[in-house]
Amino acid sequence: MNAFVQYIESYLTSNLTPGAAGNMFWVFVYILLVFVGLSVAVICMNWLERKILAHMQVRLGPMRVGPHGLLQPFADALKLLLKEDIMPAEADSVIFWAAPFIVVLAAFTTFVVVPFGPQHAITDMNIGILFMLGVSSLSVLGIVMAGWASNSHYPLIGALRSSAQMVSYEVAMGLAVVSAILMTSLNATGTGTLSMIGIVEAQKAQGEWFIFKFFPLGLVSFAIFAIAMVAETNRAPFDLAEAESELTAGFHTEYSGFRWSLFFLAEYSAMIAVSSIAVTLWLGGWLRPFPNLLSGPRWDTFFSYFPGATFLALAAICFFNVARMPKHPYFRIQTVGLAGFGGFLAFIGLVLFIPAVSFRVQDIFWFSAKVAAFMYLYIWYRGTFPRYRFDQLMKIGWKVLLPVGLGVLILTAGVALFQQNLWRP
Amino acid sequence: MTDRTTLSPLDLETPDKTFLDSNELVINMGPQHPATHGVLRVILRLDGEKVLGLECVIGYLHRGVEKIGENRTYTMFNPYVDRMDYVAAVSNGLGYCEAVEKLLSIEAPPRAQHVRVILTELNRIASHQLWLGTHALDIGAITPLFYTFRDREEILKIFEKYCGARLTTHSFRIGGLQYETYNGFEKEVKNFLNFFRPKISEYEELLTTNRIWVERTKNVGKISAEDCIALGVTGPVLRASGVKWDLRKAQPYANYKNFDFEIPTGQNGDTYDRYLVRMEEMRQAVRIIEQAVDALPEGPIMAKVPKVMKPPVGEVYHSIEAPKGELGYFIVSDGSTQPYRVRVRPPSFVNLQALDIMCRGQLVADVIAVIGTLDIVLGEVDR
Repeated sequence: MNAFVQYIESYLTSNLTPGAAGNMFWVFVYILLVFVGLSVAVICMNWLERKILAHMQVRLGPMRVGPHGLLQPFADALKLLLKEDIMPAEADSVIFWAAPFIVVLAAFTTFVVVPFGPQHAITDMNIGILFMLGVSSLSVLGIVMAGWASNSHYPLIGALRSSAQMVSYEVAMGLAVVSAILMTSLNATGTGTLSMIGIVEAQKAQGEWFIFKFFPLGLVSFAIFAIAMVAETNRAPFDLAEAESELTAGFHTEYSGFRWSLFFLAEYSAMIAVSSIAVTLWLGGWLRPFPNLLSGPRWDTFFSYFPGATFLALAAICFFNVARMPKHPYFRIQTVGLAGFGGFLAFIGLVLFIPAVSFRVQDIFWFSAKVAAFMYLYIWYRGTFPRYRFDQLMKIGWKVLLPVGLGVLILTAGVALFQQNLWRP
Repeated sequence: MTDRTTLSPLDLETPDKTFLDSNELVINMGPQHPATHGVLRVILRLDGEKVLGLECVIGYLHRGVEKIGENRTYTMFNPYVDRMDYVAAVSNGLGYCEAVEKLLSIEAPPRAQHVRVILTELNRIASHQLWLGTHALDIGAITPLFYTFRDREEILKIFEKYCGARLTTHSFRIGGLQYETYNGFEKEVKNFLNFFRPKISEYEELLTTNRIWVERTKNVGKISAEDCIALGVTGPVLRASGVKWDLRKAQPYANYKNFDFEIPTGQNGDTYDRYLVRMEEMRQAVRIIEQAVDALPEGPIMAKVPKVMKPPVGEVYHSIEAPKGELGYFIVSDGSTQPYRVRVRPPSFVNLQALDIMCRGQLVADVIAVIGTLDIVLGEVDR
């Protein structure tokens, strides 16, 4: 027993990821944490998307289920789970059954290497970024299978569009990623890394996020990735695959209930996954803002208050809305519920002020905050842009993003070579 | 004239082939489809994403409005016409009332004419707002829909205060108006105009220079002026092709000749031009309403109309410029209390015939854009 406790405790002092440390217990715990955290994130994202979009469109969004519609995602999930499981008679049942699982599997597996902090990843692979890109591309297989197996026109067109789109944007995406990886090799040894944690460490060592590196080259490659990732996840303005007004729902037209919710889950986790890549490669991953400019223990302490303060601010918003709730007895349960939710957030906030906790957790906070900014962008795009047409989408992918990506890659390589070999300050 | 003799999408040579065996794909868009604006069924013949041809199947909303007209007295039929183009019910009512007035050789008093113009132009704005919202929604911009609906609400409130109904207003009577305007009508309309003028710019800000919007609408669904005239297409679609034809100027009815306004026209006849024409029409409607409210005369609102309407034997065709195009009523009287025949020339139905020409050779996504830009209301197409 003692040995087991020691086995568990031994990891807490290590600076490695549980996978790299070979600690199977913590690997298991981390897998659970990532899975649960991701599901919670998708639920939050569901609510936030509806609310934010609603407020951009001068309406309220969900207001009935729970205070300010906070329980709406749960009600929706329950509804989806209780729906009849429909499989079209003409569908190819095995492929139809398997397609959503492949999509979900691809979306979730990528999180094995996502570095939420120097110790907070399930494992640290030396080919991390390749693994992420490779596994996330597998989801196109599921989409094609879904469209094909439905044996129906709209899903077929949706799947064709979506596979063409994802495959072509992967090229531009890959070029952008390569130019970021090139930047990791700017050190004394001249060797770069594909490890997700290594990439962030390289940004830390070089003292600047890759988005600012070789200005504007880093920015351009980031922009290419940021555009390609929206197309890659089939989101507005590139949501042709599920263009509601054209193809009803695209490749998942024939899906309903739980199977449909799997596609939904996969779409949102894929969004989080590609945002994680962008954050890791260009925005310094888990690093707090200005790690070099504002360095020193006092700034460290200052920034370590941010996680707790954020949760306290969220709690304050809750309490502010508790005060604004109608005083009618009909709203009493909702008011109490909202107050309880605020209390819960405030409790988390206070816990995060404990130095030992915040020391271990603040990396996760900064990483999530950066990803959340991307999630907001996704919603913002959706509220602002009309949809591209298929040929225009392809034109952007092949005629704009690809040449620009190639140019940036060559320029980056040239500048890196120059700095590394010909000119040493 | 574009060649329309190619194969109909309905005649596939080998119907037992599955769609996977051939390059051509026949799909059914509608009647239950989010972008067909009601229950329009479009049979598309596709080569990949390219449209080879299409055929519209209509009639899913047929209620026999014209036949009903033969079994109702002239007064009783009045509310039915509101149900054709339900987003521009006021225009429908205006056309019918004026047609019957022509048949009876009576004329509505000036005050009634003015109020008619105000309400009709307000309705034109409301109709164009609905068009803009749904058209943008079809192209994927979801936000303008809510902006236009928010502002359309103000118009509907004025209608509701005036006659009690928001959509199918039945606001006019043969010979004038039933109701005098309510207290503060002029002020409220003016308030609306001041509120609405900046809103047009707000819509334009979202779309007019939006790169994606321009790419999606420029050179999409082009139709030439000759094709428009040959098919009888009217309204903003015709004007966007460069023909300056507006019945308010060409054959002035009500008292449009007293007002000063422009007829916006386009040059290319594409979806973007139609968008610009309609946006400008909203501005012109604001101008007309402003003049009408300022010059609103006092006086009676109803002409002398017989209690039992028995128009002399004869026929009349009267058409007005509805928001969607020329809306005509052909009424034949046999001297009895009921019309012998009522024939409606609905702009939506006629404009819809241009869909095939406009879509051929374009992509599936463009079909949606073109259906949106034609601004059809299925209630009017099917009647």
